Amino acid sequence: MKKYAMAAGLCLAMALAVGAQSGATLLNGAGATFPYPIYSKWFDVYRQEHSNVQINYQSIGSGGGIRQVIAGTVDFGATDGPMKDEQISQVKTGVLHFPTVLGSVVPIYNIPGVTAELDFTQAALAGIYLGKITKWNDPEIANANKGVNLPADDIVVVHRSDGSGTTYIWVDFLSKVSPEWAGKVGKDTSVNWPVGLGGKGNEGVSGLVKQTPDAIGYVELIYALQNKMTYGKVQNKDGQFVKADLATTTAAAAGAAKSMPEDFRVSITNAPGKTAYPISSFTWLLIPTTIPDASKRDTLKDFLKWMLSKGQTYTADLGYAPLPKEVVQQESKAIAKIK
Amino acid sequence: MAMATTAGKSAGPRAAPRSFSARLMDGDQVAHVITFIFAASIMLITVLLVIVLWNHSVLPRNKFGLSFFTGRVWDPVAEQFGALPFVYGTLVTSALSLIIGVPLGLGAAIFLAELAPPKISDGLTFIIELLAAVPSVIYGLLGIFVVVPFVRTGLAPWLIRHFGFLPIFKGPCYGVSFLAAGLVLAIMIVPFIVSVSREVLLAVPRDQREAALALGSTRWESTWKVVVPFATTGILGSVFLAMARALGETMAVTMVVGNVTEIKTSLLAPGYSIAAVIANEFTEATGEIYLQALVELGLVLFLVTFVLNGLARLLILFTAQRGGTT
Repeated sequence: MKKYAMAAGLCLAMALAVGAQSGATLLNGAGATFPYPIYSKWFDVYRQEHSNVQINYQSIGSGGGIRQVIAGTVDFGATDGPMKDEQISQVKTGVLHFPTVLGSVVPIYNIPGVTAELDFTQAALAGIYLGKITKWNDPEIANANKGVNLPADDIVVVHRSDGSGTTYIWVDFLSKVSPEWAGKVGKDTSVNWPVGLGGKGNEGVSGLVKQTPDAIGYVELIYALQNKMTYGKVQNKDGQFVKADLATTTAAAAGAAKSMPEDFRVSITNAPGKTAYPISSFTWLLIPTTIPDASKRDTLKDFLKWMLSKGQTYTADLGYAPLPKEVVQQESKAIAKIK
Repeated sequence: MAMATTAGKSAGPRAAPRSFSARLMDGDQVAHVITFIFAASIMLITVLLVIVLWNHSVLPRNKFGLSFFTGRVWDPVAEQFGALPFVYGTLVTSALSLIIGVPLGLGAAIFLAELAPPKISDGLTFIIELLAAVPSVIYGLLGIFVVVPFVRTGLAPWLIRHFGFLPIFKGPCYGVSFLAAGLVLAIMIVPFIVSVSREVLLAVPRDQREAALALGSTRWESTWKVVVPFATTGILGSVFLAMARALGETMAVTMVVGNVTEIKTSLLAPGYSIAAVIANEFTEATGEIYLQALVELGLVLFLVTFVLNGLARLLILFTAQRGGTT
């Protein structure tokens, strides 16, 4: 009996010690997996600079992040796709969207004998994913790639099988450039695909594409860069074929900044601008509009300011595109809305 | 705790009061109560599982009713949900794995129990039990790197060439398919079948074998005609355990099945399974009815497992009875 008492006492003491240590400010967040590497970097650096702050982040997926924000079980959330109106109305404290970094999605392919970077027109990508363009030498593809010897083989379409922000960006783009896609399929984190095989995660899609001759798929730009994969250029709104990189992704956000809505819930796929890469998106932090706890409120506000200034300098190293100046200014003003 | 003390009291008027642990060590009643609580907790967990699944799938149950089982469309955007392609995929891949795995596993078990020298038998049994403990994601990787390319470049072209006239072997095949999933599942369930069947075969009384040999049968005849029929019930038990694993397998299946919401008769075509779609879509499902439809899929999987296990019980009863009368 004595032993148990001692053990219990020890546990209590430890709990108290931990409590005393983090007695300052503890923030819990949850949500999107795509920005997890940069977020954990930010929270780590920010904690080193502010010894009395601890920020925990769990990358449970955008859907989970939104649900936790609605349930009020976290101090902030994160998502790759903006919340819908009916979801926002369920958050009792109100919720604000703050774009943090940008990501883009690129087409990858495996055509035996073809090593060139292919140019994809908007109609070509929509046609392939709708199942209307079935051969690699279809005029819609061949005319944009004169000089490349495309085979007369059937295209094997590959998409994500797991619900994902990457899919959301991809089908958001297809919905904008193809009325038929918008009507028949639409956009969400998973959709009812007209054709194609499903691979789990970026690695599942790239694995299937690598293994299957004549396959096409899509992955996050970061994943393609890290794995040194060849990916295609995509035609943007101005008709230019643009290769995705950090600069062209930021350019897409800059192009959209002029028509930025006040709540930052904006899709920047097919954005205007000569150098804008058309399959790009913000990823957002979800911050409650009213935070009763003063120390939590001040810490979150300070972190957002830090994220918009110093935080942005860490993005390129990790393969994320930084926010354009215009958006940083717009967001800096919006921080005051947190009450 | 409370029940244990009352049970102790009823036994206690004559005996001197003893410590709880002493009563636990040699007390029939205490042991009875405690083990009953443990057994009841299994029932409780099952009931709770059904209640939770039922309560969290109200919206799709009300909206789709029984058409959830027959619907072929799974469209999160239009919020149209039907489970049939997933049920079909689950059943096809599990059946395929049993068709491949049962002869393989049973054959291995017979060799290990009846024919192999004890040293080899023990060594191989150890390895097989090791295989049963390998995480399913490892089998999934094996599937991606070995089984899928083998199906695409070797097995499928051969099947199409020789048996292409059969609707179940119609091409084209991209590697990821019902067949690949069935093969990977077969590899996963064989250890279960071997391990349990071997134990059952070893438990067949010696005199059964000796009687058969005394009547002039060869060693194989005594094994095949006497020992195996004697152990049928136990062997069936191992097969149903394997089937349960195949039905619920998630990771390895989603890595090789192709994840396509379609119902194709060809085993070379890609498909989907219930467990795989839940694992794939649950984390990012945003709409309320979408989420609940995934929970209802869990309920459907529970139901499928329940029905199949019920049928299995009936089959065991049937074979046991027949074994008794003949």
